[in-house]
Amino acid sequence: MEEFEHSLFIVELFNKIFSPPLVYLLNLLGIKVTNPEKLIPPHVVMSIIVMIFLILFFGLSSRKLKIFPTPLQSILELIIEAFESLLVDVIGEEGKKYLPLVGTLGLFIFFSNILGLIPGFMSPTSNLNVPVGCAVVAFIYYHWQGVKKHGFLGYLKQFAGPIPLLAPLIIPIELISHFSRPLSLSLRLFGNIFGEELLILIIASLFPFILPLPFMALAIFTGLVQAFVFVVLTTIYIAGAIASEH
Amino acid sequence: MRKISKSLFVLTILVFLFSTPLLAENEGKIDKTTLFKWSIIIGGGALGVAACVGAYAQSRAIQKACEGISRNPGGAPHIRFALIFGLVLIETLVIYVLLVAIIIFFVKWGKYI
Repeated sequence: MEEFEHSLFIVELFNKIFSPPLVYLLNLLGIKVTNPEKLIPPHVVMSIIVMIFLILFFGLSSRKLKIFPTPLQSILELIIEAFESLLVDVIGEEGKKYLPLVGTLGLFIFFSNILGLIPGFMSPTSNLNVPVGCAVVAFIYYHWQGVKKHGFLGYLKQFAGPIPLLAPLIIPIELISHFSRPLSLSLRLFGNIFGEELLILIIASLFPFILPLPFMALAIFTGLVQAFVFVVLTTIYIAGAIASEH
Repeated sequence: MRKISKSLFVLTILVFLFSTPLLAENEGKIDKTTLFKWSIIIGGGALGVAACVGAYAQSRAIQKACEGISRNPGGAPHIRFALIFGLVLIETLVIYVLLVAIIIFFVKWGKYI
């Protein structure tokens, strides 16, 4: 669907600044660049913008913490407490150590979804590659945590189910269910955000500037809910991976 | 009433199932315009069916959640959590169909004939 994408000003600026050194580096590695004007695709530029925003905003505002919090600090504490209470609800008291990854995923996805509502930007999550990246990170992470908790063989034993006789039946089902998780995670996020943007585009072509406004307000809610669902599903998968057998 | 609608549904499905091979036999070679036409009809139709079923399922979920909350207002946060979660999972299935429909629309069929 490349013919439907028009070039954004920021992406062109980014390409003008960063593509000559990148082309030089790629030439050193022996890779020929055919189209240096479009070397960096828009979703990469947009996710870099989200990353820089997250690092600057959350990093700088966590520099000077006070016992009596300023308004900004109390809002940020509310966000962190929401993630923490979710983890404690689903996993238990030991779930607090998964806060960094789960919180980062949630914040990144939420701000990526919101970024598309600003004119001149697009949501990085409306390209399939970014949700797949997030989903693969979650997939690898929860398997890694399971291996860390139970040991490699102990974790593999969970796939066989409780009864050894039924293991040949259960192993394929378990494998399919595990591999369908990143697929459904990424397709859900991509489909929702892409569908929302397509809807806004179609509505805007019917009656520009005024009619898309309620749909854009709805898109804020959708972005929040999608980030929430991604976080909840990741938490449930981690809980399933580290659960001990009864 | 329920029995009649059920048998009607089964009948419609059967008609669709058996009519497709008959239609396919008549056309020896499919030309581009029929393929475009059918792709649009099938994409839109599939999305319509998915939206109908998804809306029905969501209405059932919301109905049961409202009943649960009115019976036991203390459990409202947990019920709301499960409700939003379930609604999004139902919505996802419709979104899958939307993706499939978009792919059907935008594939360049001319390449594959």
